Amino acid sequence: MSAPVSYRRGDAGMPRDLVPEYRSTVLRAPQQPRIEIPHTLTETTGPSGCWDRLMGKAAADLTAQHRGEPIGQRIVVSGRVLDEDGRPVPDTVMEIWQANAAGRYIHAKDSWDAPLDPNFTGAGRIVTDADGRYRFTTIRPGAYPWGNHKNAWRPAHIHLSLLGPAFATRLVTQMYFPDDPLIEIDPIANAIPMPYRQRMVSRFDIATTQPNRALGYLFDVVLKGREQTPFEEDGHD
Amino acid sequence: MTDVTATLEGRNAAPRQDNQDPDLFGQTPSQTVGPFFHYGLPWKGGADLVGKSDLGARPELFGEAHYVLNLSAPTGTPRGEAIELVGTVRDAEGAPVADAMIEIWQANAEGRYRSEDDARDDAAIDPHFVGFGRSSTSDEGAYRFRTIMPGRVPGPDGTLQAPHIAVSVFARGVLNRLATRVYFAGSEGLDTDAVLAQVPEERRGTLLARSEKEGVWTLDIALGGPDETVFFDL
Ligand SMILES: [Fe+3]
Repeated sequence: MSAPVSYRRGDAGMPRDLVPEYRSTVLRAPQQPRIEIPHTLTETTGPSGCWDRLMGKAAADLTAQHRGEPIGQRIVVSGRVLDEDGRPVPDTVMEIWQANAAGRYIHAKDSWDAPLDPNFTGAGRIVTDADGRYRFTTIRPGAYPWGNHKNAWRPAHIHLSLLGPAFATRLVTQMYFPDDPLIEIDPIANAIPMPYRQRMVSRFDIATTQPNRALGYLFDVVLKGREQTPFEEDGHD
Repeated sequence: MTDVTATLEGRNAAPRQDNQDPDLFGQTPSQTVGPFFHYGLPWKGGADLVGKSDLGARPELFGEAHYVLNLSAPTGTPRGEAIELVGTVRDAEGAPVADAMIEIWQANAEGRYRSEDDARDDAAIDPHFVGFGRSSTSDEGAYRFRTIMPGRVPGPDGTLQAPHIAVSVFARGVLNRLATRVYFAGSEGLDTDAVLAQVPEERRGTLLARSEKEGVWTLDIALGGPDETVFFDL
């Protein structure tokens, strides 16, 4: 058996662990440096082809999970999951969760007094197609206050979680919206230095926008690539 | 007037640097899961890799009507020794972390991963075992999995690794997931394991689960402090 091909390490856009302006990092960021390990089969593999069995079916329309339609600006978010060499990542699961249009989560521990929407949960799950494409329908989440500092507000964001092809490519991130003035004063977004922070900002796209239905946003997610291109099978081994 | 409309239909937003800019193309940065992931990520049964319980989810944190994600659908009992893997996640001052999520990824009892990228023909896939799981921590910071004792998997240079489970820790305040491994005290191959060899000897204990009760393995995870768990740069 040939040795597994390693994935590349995090690039310059990775966040620091300790960001004192984001107060929760102070007691939760590791104090010791991370130890670099060789990538073995453990790191270069990941579950594939059995999402249904693991988690359940895809749920790509977050506006159609209850009896009525949720309140808010209906949007479509679409894009591709790629590796950093631009190759599509097919058949990978992307999980989504977010606040409602008022910026309120259905979570019991969200104590902000913005209204809940009985017709909106804000959770979904999609699997990329053969070209790495995905698309989901939701409502645009609102900004919300949080206790990090006086008058702290999170910019509107959609939480995204991707497994990718391997343990090494696991990614949890947040997608932001263009023209949101809160991004530049948000300690969580600011854990990423410029210009890499902009990689988390989606683009409004008139071609994705559905007439009389929903505004469209483009967002590509880029996962770690391989150290070297795996050999193409020539069928003669 | 129709000319004007035609131009407007095709016009896009003013260009600015964003995710679609080719000059910026590269790895999407990591962000925290935040405190409110429970209705979006963990699913019922996500922490039970061998049976049909609801282990792993915390549906008490949101209304029943908002349980829109499904149950896992196990097909049968996997081969191998069923074990429990339990522990508590603590911060740098030893306080339990009640809003963490632990993920595991592991080989089956024969040491085979359920993945297209494990193409070995000397170990078989177990049709009843995937090897991926998620556990939310409880209000006391506890995680708990039911799984199978993994077999040994090849490491670099033809060596065999000691049995291990790959672990990711996510939480509010954790901007970049924390990757680590669980090994099992007393198992074969710990002395020659190529990944453990990268860890200073005095810190290896933070990766060793111990068993005081038959079939139950315990490993606490410390995000900081004197017994900080070893985390890996992947
Ligand atoms: Fe959030």
